[in-house]
Amino acid sequence: MRIKLKIWRQKDAVSKGSFATYELDNISPEMSFLEMLDALNKSLVEKSLEPVAFDHDCREGICGSCGMYINGYPHGPVKGLTTCHLSMRYFKDGETIVIEPWRAKAFPVIKDLIVDRSAFDKIMIAGGFISVSAGAAPEANSVNVRKKNSDAAFDSSICIGCGACVASCKNASAMLFISAKISQYSLMPQGRPEAKERVMSMVSEMDKQGFGNCSNTGACESQCPKQIKLVNIARLNREYFKAF
Amino acid sequence: MITLNAKIPDGPLEEKWTRYKNSARLVSPANKKKLDIIIVGTGLSGAGAASSLGELGYNIKIFCYQDSPRRAHSVAAQGGINAAKNYKNDGDSTFRLFYDMIKGGDFRAREANVYRAAEVSNLVIDHYSALGVPFAREYGGTLDTRSFGGVQVSRTFYSKGQTGQQCLLGAYSSLNRQIKAGTVTMFPRREMLDIVLIDGKARGIITRNLITGAIERHTAHAVILATGGYGTVFYLSTLAVNSNASAAWKAYRKGAAFANPSFVQIHPTSIPQLNDFQSKLTLMSESLRNDGRVWVPKQKGDTRKANDIPEEDRDYYLERRYPAFGNLVPRDVASRAAKERCDAGFGVGKTGLAVNLDFRDAIKKQGKKAIEEKYGNLFEMYKAITNIDPYDEPMRIYPAGHYTMGGLWVDYELMTTIPGLFAIGESNFSDHGANRLGASSLMQAAGDGYFIIPYTITNYLAGEIRTQRIEPDRSEFDEAEKAVRERIKRLLSIKGKQTASSFHKRLGKIMWDHCGMVRNGDGLQKALSLIHELRNEFWNDLIIPGSDEELNQELEKAGRVADFIDLAELMVTDALDRKESCGAHFREESQTSDGEAKRNDDDFAYVAAWEFKGEDNRPQLHKEHLKFEFVELKERSYK
Repeated sequence: MRIKLKIWRQKDAVSKGSFATYELDNISPEMSFLEMLDALNKSLVEKSLEPVAFDHDCREGICGSCGMYINGYPHGPVKGLTTCHLSMRYFKDGETIVIEPWRAKAFPVIKDLIVDRSAFDKIMIAGGFISVSAGAAPEANSVNVRKKNSDAAFDSSICIGCGACVASCKNASAMLFISAKISQYSLMPQGRPEAKERVMSMVSEMDKQGFGNCSNTGACESQCPKQIKLVNIARLNREYFKAF
Repeated sequence: MITLNAKIPDGPLEEKWTRYKNSARLVSPANKKKLDIIIVGTGLSGAGAASSLGELGYNIKIFCYQDSPRRAHSVAAQGGINAAKNYKNDGDSTFRLFYDMIKGGDFRAREANVYRAAEVSNLVIDHYSALGVPFAREYGGTLDTRSFGGVQVSRTFYSKGQTGQQCLLGAYSSLNRQIKAGTVTMFPRREMLDIVLIDGKARGIITRNLITGAIERHTAHAVILATGGYGTVFYLSTLAVNSNASAAWKAYRKGAAFANPSFVQIHPTSIPQLNDFQSKLTLMSESLRNDGRVWVPKQKGDTRKANDIPEEDRDYYLERRYPAFGNLVPRDVASRAAKERCDAGFGVGKTGLAVNLDFRDAIKKQGKKAIEEKYGNLFEMYKAITNIDPYDEPMRIYPAGHYTMGGLWVDYELMTTIPGLFAIGESNFSDHGANRLGASSLMQAAGDGYFIIPYTITNYLAGEIRTQRIEPDRSEFDEAEKAVRERIKRLLSIKGKQTASSFHKRLGKIMWDHCGMVRNGDGLQKALSLIHELRNEFWNDLIIPGSDEELNQELEKAGRVADFIDLAELMVTDALDRKESCGAHFREESQTSDGEAKRNDDDFAYVAAWEFKGEDNRPQLHKEHLKFEFVELKERSYK
């Protein structure tokens, strides 16, 4: 395949960025999207040019490191895939592919396609935990959890913290992200004792970090590579109102 | 010169850890506040240690190279985590778990450490469950388990095929709680570039801030490495592509012995390499072998589609060779058996380097829904990568580099041969001998972090309560920082033509061909000379654009590849020295008539601990002879 790339290049957090254009030959449809970028970077480095900086690590869709806006969609146009799992077979020969970093006030650009997502960590630090110290836990089977609830908690817990929900939302809202964690804990008896404090502190931190309110458009759900459901936001709202 | 003292407590096996805890020294709460601990790595062991030590009141500084601690590669573990709960009433016990690990490791692990890992396994499940980790459950609300390779009981707790993610997020949540409490300070996007010793004790680290390029000094009373394994030495592996050996390697160069470096687990069920530009091999969990049957065609070059090959033309070679364990033989055995079939010409797919993992019978018997419940995300992942739906056609799988049993040598207290430097989780060598059983890496990493290191590091720090906070302006820090800066300068000044990744790829090929699933004396000798040539070329023809005072991913890679090249040499040296087969280390010269690994207990029942003796000198081998007081050394058979 032959492709044309328009990629956002930005030297650092304070510099102004712009699009740069590259052309690549010999792209195989079997390549992953990141392997295509590897090929671009190899050719740049061999010419002593600066490669395109992007975050990536596990390359199996679970660490949440990678994430970029591809042709106007977070993680690209295919539903349910992270950028590292996106295959070049989904693109056409001769196609121009536009690649941008996440755009959100709470995720400032660090370099090229790398953004600062530490705001997510700060929300989790504010309350995304159950307060139990090592050594204090009761025997595991002494706390039974209804299978239906446990399975639902699991479905919420698989968020990888990539930030696609924020990037896809016109309000750059982090509601899907925090609701997934709130839901997980609210569905299990282990999480109930701190439910009120948790939802209050996480929501307040979310506002402080500059994320917008829910836009009610559902873009987050449709773009989430792990297909986390909007029902989590409903649970978040319920937990929030109950906390007053 | 170093001496190895494993410090194993006296007494019967089941009392050693209790006796240790009863006699270990304590530190008062008031003194804990004055003691600083550095932890490198935020996976299951590192995040676990940070939270449990923070809960005790120590001052913790924890580092990771990722942008967030939640991304450590423990996140990718799939199948499960073992514990000796015996919830299935199927005869499990602490001793049974211990014995399975000792046997699974082919009698090359230390009895006392392994027993302790089994002993604390139940506490780990209790703790994760209390932290809200959504393990799979039965309809009555209790925890479910499943089977894994190399054992005949069902002791593996799981969250579908993403148990590592769920455990890691649990560990991340307890880490966050301590960050909020102020006991832990998190330093993301930092790479450890050296360990600093003062009067022979570990007192700090030098890091590079990966955003700004700033070289930073961090001091502490003790340092814990929780930096994972070095499977990425193969370039293509199931590890995260940035996983690296550099922290452990710096420790080795500063005097920490490196144990059994050649013991590397090649996992049998990975999605095969399909092409040359591939950057990563994706694992398909071992748990799939609970329900999937492994086979190749009986006829060489059978070009029929898998589904068109009738039962009588299929060779279920694991069931044929190992009737007692069938598809659930341990990983090393399953990997070698796959290689044997493919090398003999029975492999499938366009490269012939793959075997079938077939769910047809399981789906027929249990229904698609039941299979989806257990493995849904794995099937989806397989389809996303290969464009083949495993509900309709067998998966194609092949072995891939995965886990390193070798690592920094540690004593019973998980301390390396450098006083005050500890190594936990995969970064140490301690619990898995020459082969790790499935679902015991999460178990060991979590056990080390939550329930072992808090006791053993406290015993060490009890002797440090009079040591004032270490100041970073000491000359030892000056020297370490200078060396770090000089190395970066040297890498940047080569200005050759080849990228760090291209060297890494070539190194991986050398190691895969000669120091992978099967090894022999000639091949290993050849590998040594190839590694020497590669190192020479690397230091003369590497290219890194940009500078060190900015985010520079090529510079990061180059430093890691340089260390991998050196480590590869040590791995090959160790593999050459061990002229026996054991576990994952298969020397062709040492096999039984039916092709199984042949151990030599008379000459090799020891841990090989290597001491760095300078760049141009051969490392020195120290032997920790393994004494088996509680189990009988037996031939390891799964037939």
